[in-house]
Amino acid sequence: MSSPSPGAGQAARAYPARPAAVYFYATCLVDMFVPEAGMDAITLLEREGIRVIFPDNQTCCGQPAFTSGFPDEAREVAASQLDLFPEDYPIVVPSGSCAGMIRWHWEKIFADDPARKARAAAIAARTFEFAEFLLHVVGFQRKDEGAPVTVALHTSCSARREMGTLLMGRELLARLGNVKLAIHDHESECCGFGGSFSLKHPDISTAMVSDKVASLKATGARQVVTADCGCMLNITKRAAREDIDAGRATASLPGEHLATFLLKRTGGRK
Amino acid sequence: MSAQTAHGSSTEKPIAFVSAQALRERMHTAVNDPHLRSSFRGAMDFLMAKRAAQFPDESELASLRSLSEGIRQYSLARLPDLLEQLEASLTKNGVQVHWAETPAEANAIMLGIAQRHQAKLIVKGKSMVSEEIEFNHAMEAAGVGALESDMGEYIVQLAGEKPSHIIMPAIHQTKQQIAKLFAEHIPGVEYTDNVDALIQIGRRVLREKFEIADIGLSGVNFAVAETGTLCLVENEGNGRMCTTVPKVHIAVTGIEKVVEKLEHVAPLFSILTRSATGQAVSTYFNMISGPRKPGEKDGPEEVHLVLLDNGRTQAYADEQLRKTLQCIRCGACMNHCPVYTRIGGHAYGTTYPGPIGKIVSPHMMGLEETHLLPTVSSLCGACGEVCPVKIPIPELLIRLREEAQSEPHANPAMVGQGAGYNKLASFGWRMWARVYGRPGSYRAFSWLATRFRMFSPSKQGGWTAARTPLTPAPRRLRDMVKDRR
Ligand code: SF4
Repeated sequence: MSSPSPGAGQAARAYPARPAAVYFYATCLVDMFVPEAGMDAITLLEREGIRVIFPDNQTCCGQPAFTSGFPDEAREVAASQLDLFPEDYPIVVPSGSCAGMIRWHWEKIFADDPARKARAAAIAARTFEFAEFLLHVVGFQRKDEGAPVTVALHTSCSARREMGTLLMGRELLARLGNVKLAIHDHESECCGFGGSFSLKHPDISTAMVSDKVASLKATGARQVVTADCGCMLNITKRAAREDIDAGRATASLPGEHLATFLLKRTGGRK
Repeated sequence: MSAQTAHGSSTEKPIAFVSAQALRERMHTAVNDPHLRSSFRGAMDFLMAKRAAQFPDESELASLRSLSEGIRQYSLARLPDLLEQLEASLTKNGVQVHWAETPAEANAIMLGIAQRHQAKLIVKGKSMVSEEIEFNHAMEAAGVGALESDMGEYIVQLAGEKPSHIIMPAIHQTKQQIAKLFAEHIPGVEYTDNVDALIQIGRRVLREKFEIADIGLSGVNFAVAETGTLCLVENEGNGRMCTTVPKVHIAVTGIEKVVEKLEHVAPLFSILTRSATGQAVSTYFNMISGPRKPGEKDGPEEVHLVLLDNGRTQAYADEQLRKTLQCIRCGACMNHCPVYTRIGGHAYGTTYPGPIGKIVSPHMMGLEETHLLPTVSSLCGACGEVCPVKIPIPELLIRLREEAQSEPHANPAMVGQGAGYNKLASFGWRMWARVYGRPGSYRAFSWLATRFRMFSPSKQGGWTAARTPLTPAPRRLRDMVKDRR
């Protein structure tokens, strides 16, 4: 079972020309917990003249079951998603880990099912993480209308290692003009979310997210920006708990999805 | 009289792993120990920086990793043949080869050799396999002293502990703790926390022991099948002493350490030292090709190699799990692991801690005891990213989760398969798949979750232990999309 090794070197991927339309695969977390991030990503794409198709039958990529060691369940869910993208449009996913699941792991879970495996492979080849798509396919370049600000960027482990998007997120922020990026201490380290890990091993997960929150705050950045809602919820809800414990009325470390941040700085949702 | 009682130290504690609950308790204690947290963080930061400095050129690193992975996979693909060839070459060189399926067998073989020579003291170079089989324990139980001569191992032995890192066994000990240990256990030594002085003290004690030891024990980093050469990587020179001064040298290693040719060693050696300690080369690199020949002035009169299985053939039998055996024991995966950094090595309760410990221990100890281990990971991938032989550690962790948690079935790939099976959890995942695998059910479920968000629990297990609760949004993205049309 040798898939192309995820991780470093993904920048070498060949990108298509700007398409007329894309499929937007929101992920279950965005659909139910952070829909505004999805809406903002859709708006950004539409503003570039790209038609965004939201397949109504989308549910989840199967990742929670896959990483927990329940491949049958992951397969069942992923199989239900294979019909969603009939046209040859790119598929944009506003999450590094879900994009990574589709791009690298769907093929593996269908290893014993050649027909599905082939379809999964075809889908994987046109699946893009949001920042990756916005930078390399759309060529995002908009006037920054916001006041000068310093922000920190958290890149999820999957986005960094499976989708190779660390530098892409930085580049998108740099293109804004008025946004200064503060690199935090132990920047490459995991925030401690890890899906079921945060529930199964709360002690260690808490230690990790507390350290992450501390190093993000230590930069003096006004907020954290990330392209992964799992990490975002982990980090901001930990910071919120620290605020409550310390009796602070305002959030000491607010967070936004990269799409939301980019849209707000460049004209907002109309 | 054993070497340890000579220093008045307690007997080494056996492996502490007993149950998932014990693992939880040890992790809880470790992660809440501020001293441990800061000392491991500091040490791991240091090691990560040292490694990074060795690989300024990303593409050179990438090609060296691919080459090293290729060599290890090539060797493993031919493992049975290479082992036969190794045995033949070594025998020709005058080295006696022994095969051990279990730790008990390995210890019995070595005890037999010791007894044949009426050995009282075995002096040891650093060997993780000897830790794996609890060699010291076994020898002492039979009245043979076993003394560690690697400085870190010596410290750990004096303290009656297990190594907390496979490369730096005593990394958890501060110099003050070491000073205290030396003053307490070494006759005539006064307390000093001067590091140079401590090293001198240790050297002096060990120097004497090399002279009186009957047997020297070492590990093996690479065993070359074609030439029958045992390669040993070390920094202190104690390994060379152990393998040349005593009359008998016993090397012990796992069956996976074999490579075909000498030229396969060079790239592996280079990436090993650079990944492990951030050294371009180690201070010593020993190539042992047999006992002293007539006319030679030094070297042991007898050389033995004990090849240990201990679960390795189980890993070998499965194409995916076989990758576990690519490991060259550099420790880089620990140095870069955010979990290891926060709990240190002892909390795992296994001989090999950290990411490598999580993927190798289940084969050695069975899933019965280790089924929780593979879950202690956020799957961040830092380990796989630095592994010099490209072991896909996260992928193996996922596989081990599956082996541990699936319902017990016939002909499992691993001993203890299903040991972590939980009816309720499995049922939960089946229900999850029912809902998420059917767009209609998911729509209904997500509609309910968002419409009745005020009923979402305020206590959400591990999540709310340190965070504010997760609450669904008032409306789903799909509702917002529909509204705009
Ligand atoms: S798994 Fe890889 S990184 Fe970890 S000790 Fe083995 S070779 Fe080194």
